[in-house]
Amino acid sequence: MSEQLSWKETPILDVQSLTMSFGGLIAIDDLSFQSGRQDITAIIGPNGAGKTTVFNCLTGFYKPTRGRIDLIHNDHTRHRLEKMAEFRINNRARVARTFQNIRLFSGMTVLENLLVAQHHQLMRASGLTIGALLGLGSYQFIEKQAIDLAKYWLDKTGLITRADDLAGDLPYGDQRRLEIARAMCTQPLLLCLDEPAAGLNPKESNILSKLLLDIKHQEKIAVLLIEHDMSVVMEISDHIVVIDYGRKISDGTPTQIRNDPKVIAAYLGVDEREEASK
Amino acid sequence: MDRTSEKQQSSLMKNALIEALISAAIALALSIFMIGLRTSTATGGLVLTYRIPLVASLVTLVFFGRLAFNLFWWSRSTVHTKGPKRRGTRKKQLGTGVLSLPRVSLFLVFSLPIILFVLNAKLNLGLPLRYWFDIATLVLTYIMLGWGLNIVVGMAGLLDLGYVAFYAVGAYSYALLAQHFGLSFWLCLPLAGLLAACWGALLGFPVLRLRGDYLAIVTLAFGEIIRIILLNWYQFTGGPDGLSGIPRPSFFGLPFKRYGDNTFHLFFGLEYSTLHRILFLYYLILILALITNAITNKVRCLPIGRAWEALREDEIACRSLGINTVNTKLTAFATGAMFGGFAGSFFATRQGFISPESFTFIESAIILAIVVLGGLGSQIGVVIASIVMIGGFELIRNMAWLKLVFGQDFDPSLYRMLLFGMAMVTIMVWKPRGFISRREPTVFLKETAL
Repeated sequence: MSEQLSWKETPILDVQSLTMSFGGLIAIDDLSFQSGRQDITAIIGPNGAGKTTVFNCLTGFYKPTRGRIDLIHNDHTRHRLEKMAEFRINNRARVARTFQNIRLFSGMTVLENLLVAQHHQLMRASGLTIGALLGLGSYQFIEKQAIDLAKYWLDKTGLITRADDLAGDLPYGDQRRLEIARAMCTQPLLLCLDEPAAGLNPKESNILSKLLLDIKHQEKIAVLLIEHDMSVVMEISDHIVVIDYGRKISDGTPTQIRNDPKVIAAYLGVDEREEASK
Repeated sequence: MDRTSEKQQSSLMKNALIEALISAAIALALSIFMIGLRTSTATGGLVLTYRIPLVASLVTLVFFGRLAFNLFWWSRSTVHTKGPKRRGTRKKQLGTGVLSLPRVSLFLVFSLPIILFVLNAKLNLGLPLRYWFDIATLVLTYIMLGWGLNIVVGMAGLLDLGYVAFYAVGAYSYALLAQHFGLSFWLCLPLAGLLAACWGALLGFPVLRLRGDYLAIVTLAFGEIIRIILLNWYQFTGGPDGLSGIPRPSFFGLPFKRYGDNTFHLFFGLEYSTLHRILFLYYLILILALITNAITNKVRCLPIGRAWEALREDEIACRSLGINTVNTKLTAFATGAMFGGFAGSFFATRQGFISPESFTFIESAIILAIVVLGGLGSQIGVVIASIVMIGGFELIRNMAWLKLVFGQDFDPSLYRMLLFGMAMVTIMVWKPRGFISRREPTVFLKETAL
């Protein structure tokens, strides 16, 4: 029982009555859920259920019509994500995300991609460029640290040998992992992954699962992911939120979700007679 | 490293020396009659004059030029094929050679004009130096403008069709500041750059949300607005009459004048020549352009430069990584505009007269064409494209021999735009991403790991 309540007690993300409408279309309708500090939380649901819209609200790309999104840091400071500009959500609230269709800087090298992710710290170290142009400050040192962090994540994602290659030249599975490495280089507290296993073969999915578990156990970072690949979801997540037509239809541990008739109905459809008999 | 590479090095040196000697001998044989002897009409008929120093200097030039090419350009592929090819090390070796190609060309652009000037004066060669220096200055102006625009278009990926507006702001800033307040060129130069940067930021604000075609249209309109304001605000800018009598630059306070107390030629004890100022302007724009290049190259490897390039690659990803895209775009616009402003004030001081005629859309188009043909984001590409396009323009102007083919009424300069267009189409078909499409990464893991 205590396991089930972990995300309710110390949530890192607290979403309350989130509503997002585009004109007449209500994409998310009064959605509330929490995400635990030590958990991998999965948001699942059929196509068009509004999963990516939730992500875009969380990361500031959409301004929600109604509702409240709190990100609670370890020192209990709260950040109201729905009121922040997207780049501040990354800087201040420390939420990082990846995209459903990979968005790498494909003309730049792998290492450069990871350095761009550390723009905020590096920019401050470079004294808004002018300091570094004049050779003042400790920019060299900070850049060295940034490269070390990049190396750390390249090691973890198994991309270290390709550090000086163009990001666009990597195979698809490597690009997915590079995007995660890039998000991690922003040193987030919550990592949001939009379908990280899409298009991966079983072997690559397996590597990805290991990477996500490593992020959870070693880095102690909360992960929120949207995923269609049920083998990945069931294997790694601690908590699953199921949405359909913008509403939450179920919320619980993988075992609970697996046995929830509403989830099965949403995914497989229900017989009309069965529906009537209820 | 080991003995084999040492041996290889020494044999390379020997071969290069022998080759260079052979080339010098050929040059001597060719030039001794063609250049070494000159007939000139004197009172008593034809007189033969010997020009031994000229031949000697030509032969030495061939010797050292060939030697440099042998050692540092042609041989590079043969020297470094040993061992696994690593990008990082290749870059290092290019940079450390005392006579690497960039250094040699840098040395040449600095020394050649003054050598030519001295040789021309001493040996009376009668070369059209004024014309050559003027073209070189013009090409360098476009190189500088190209490098400035490259920041906006090549690096940040913001298509700017109104770059000439900043050129105009720089030029008018200098002209007006110098005329109304009597400020010197050296004080006006940073001010003009600053003003242009402000205009760049001002243009940046309304266009922040625009991309691609829409941005291009707004910048195009901005360029025209500036020109039309210059044309119509008669009291302030002189309207179509332009501004004349713009002060010429002085050599640290020494004016380039024939008469006067404290002039350049008197101070240095030289004979007066109008070429002094032309030469000075050449070096001025050369240094300004090199500063532009140095700053751009440095900024490229700083976070702001990487953010510009990232912005070009994917703006949405930038925002998700905590980059303030508003500030990043504004700084790109302002930095590009600043270099345009510097070039503008140089233009004003060189011409001594400016009018809105000099800042039409075609100028923006030419600068943009230089950047695109050179290869977006490539510094050396801009140089090649400027030389080909601006130098090419001048070449066409001088193709008088075409009159023999097409008749006496043929004016080659009328066909410049046609040829220009054809050249652009050809290059875009042949090399769709410009002359130099390779991008040098700003950081290497392998170098830092060593």
